[in-house]
Amino acid sequence: MLLKFIVAAIGASTPLLFGTVGETLSEKVGHLNLGVEGMMSIGACAGFMVGMMTDSFLWAILAAFGAGVLAALIYAVLTVTFMADQNVSGLTLTIFGVGLANFIGIFMLGHSPSGTLKLPDGITAQMRGVHIPGLSDLPVIGELLFSYSPFVYIGIVIAILCTVFMRKTKAGLNVQAIGHNPAAADAAGISVTRWKYTMILVGGGICGIGGAYCALIINGGVWISNNVGGLGWIAVALVIFAKWKPLYAIWGSFVFGALRVLKYYVPASVIQLPTALYDMLPFVITALILVVSSMRKKRDHNIPGSLGVNYFREER
Amino acid sequence: MLRVIKTEEKTAKQMMIIRLAAFVLALAAGGLFILALGVNPLKVYGTILSGAFRSKMAVQATIKVMIPMLVAALGVTLAFKMKFWNIGGEGQIIMGAVFATYFALYHADWPFFILFPVMLIAGIVGGGLWALIPALCKVRFGTNETLFTLMLNYIALYLVAYLQEGPWRDPAANGFPKIPSFAASATLPKVLGVQMGWIVALVLTVIVFVYMRYTKHGYEISVVGQSQATAAYAGMNVSRIVLRTMFLSGAVAGICGMLQVSGSDKTLTTGVAGGIGFTAIIIAWLAQLNPFGSLVVAFLFAILEKGSSVVQSDFGLSTDCADVLQGIILFFVLGCEFFIRYRFVRDNARKAAAVKGGEG
Repeated sequence: MLLKFIVAAIGASTPLLFGTVGETLSEKVGHLNLGVEGMMSIGACAGFMVGMMTDSFLWAILAAFGAGVLAALIYAVLTVTFMADQNVSGLTLTIFGVGLANFIGIFMLGHSPSGTLKLPDGITAQMRGVHIPGLSDLPVIGELLFSYSPFVYIGIVIAILCTVFMRKTKAGLNVQAIGHNPAAADAAGISVTRWKYTMILVGGGICGIGGAYCALIINGGVWISNNVGGLGWIAVALVIFAKWKPLYAIWGSFVFGALRVLKYYVPASVIQLPTALYDMLPFVITALILVVSSMRKKRDHNIPGSLGVNYFREER
Repeated sequence: MLRVIKTEEKTAKQMMIIRLAAFVLALAAGGLFILALGVNPLKVYGTILSGAFRSKMAVQATIKVMIPMLVAALGVTLAFKMKFWNIGGEGQIIMGAVFATYFALYHADWPFFILFPVMLIAGIVGGGLWALIPALCKVRFGTNETLFTLMLNYIALYLVAYLQEGPWRDPAANGFPKIPSFAASATLPKVLGVQMGWIVALVLTVIVFVYMRYTKHGYEISVVGQSQATAAYAGMNVSRIVLRTMFLSGAVAGICGMLQVSGSDKTLTTGVAGGIGFTAIIIAWLAQLNPFGSLVVAFLFAILEKGSSVVQSDFGLSTDCADVLQGIILFFVLGCEFFIRYRFVRDNARKAAAVKGGEG
């Protein structure tokens, strides 16, 4: 039972992991992008439609990534080049993205002869839990470590790669410098605009893959409207929980994944809660974490100093 | 190389032209998108307009759609003027609706002229308190209000889901989880064919305009919005202003929720806010946080929403089309603000210096 719970929690945490890591990259260069939900929705739509047409998991992932990049490009042009308000730009991206994904979904439904949109068998097989001969057959360990959809491993690899990039490479340190003080980074010869664009776009692409997980896996391969369903917003909050560290995002999203599947694994004999209250739980906990983490007297040193403030070179 | 410099102050007329151009460009971009789907965009835009106005009933339906958008935008305006990023409009609408619904369900025996003001006050208190929670945490601990108000949206939403599954479930609905329909005494009458919420909305528009433009409170809000440090230096109690304004912002959203359950839906469902809290942000921002501006933009958006439902039946394009177009319009208007404040110049001076440096 516990094993099943952990395995389910890791599955449920995956879209959050992508969203959190993607948003972390954007926030590292000082851009609070509230469009995660929208970028994930657009990624979900692109991933699903391309996956359905090509019957290829690889193409689905690439399409989701590309769509996320394009969605993030809107935000990047508005906030980096045109210096528009970050909050409003991100929010609009969310409204636009969710609307666009639902719109295209219903448009495709109208053109589908069967009246539903369902993934073909080929891609479903490619996304199923991996099976490594020998390793996956080990008792407990096999199921705990080697039984997931490729999405899970991609997510963890991306989180680790981002951590290595931030901590071990010169470019990564430059990026962090931009987030903390763009004017100083600019003076030191770092190309602020180029790195802001790069990080926001790559972050958007990663969010897009997270969206693809929602569309391809969560609803059993059938398209439904609003399939990201607020996970993007939890991801934005998880960035704070994970202290702007991609590696911590793995643990953070696991905790929230566990909360999301808790209702299926708590025995009725222990405690009986209405479903709605279980569904509410992740949001209540996120809110509590926000409050508690702000109550700590000491200011978090990890928060990028220029977060939310656009950089205008002439005002150095 | 291009670089960006600040431009001289533009006249009101120039700013208007730039914004209008952005709006036209947005419609053109939206048109390209519709064209890509193989549908004639001019026909779609034409259908949106005619769909919103083709009959008396259509106009009434458009006004009905406009009411919650306008009221919610007024609520957002109060908070955003203070640069308090209240994106919890959804939750505040829902809580206003929940509080009002309590009286509609349990005091339906009261006559309308008592029940109406009680439900209105309940809506104000419900929405106001829901907004006060993040405001208190912001003032006391500096909690990020954007995310906190957002989480409260979902908490409110699932609270309604819980109420309709459990305590407030209609026993007469054969096991289907829904909340009973309101008695006649708890529903708003129609005035000129539209639920009387439109009168409340118009009155609120004037009140919020006067409050923000001509009262001491309104002045304090704009000073806090410009700079909290300045406000504190001028001897203003910033915390109190933030708390008061957020209560009012939530209260107005709560009125929106009350008008929805009592005037339009005549019951409480999980869809009571239905994204209006977010649309309201776009409306308020496009209106430059001016209440009468919100009136105009909300009317335009109502045409878009109502018209796109006709587009759905005529062209098979879903009503999400309205969200997409609203998003595109705001993208363009956000982008055009840049050309009001800045301009690009070609960076010749630097190139010359670089060449010179190369020679030396």
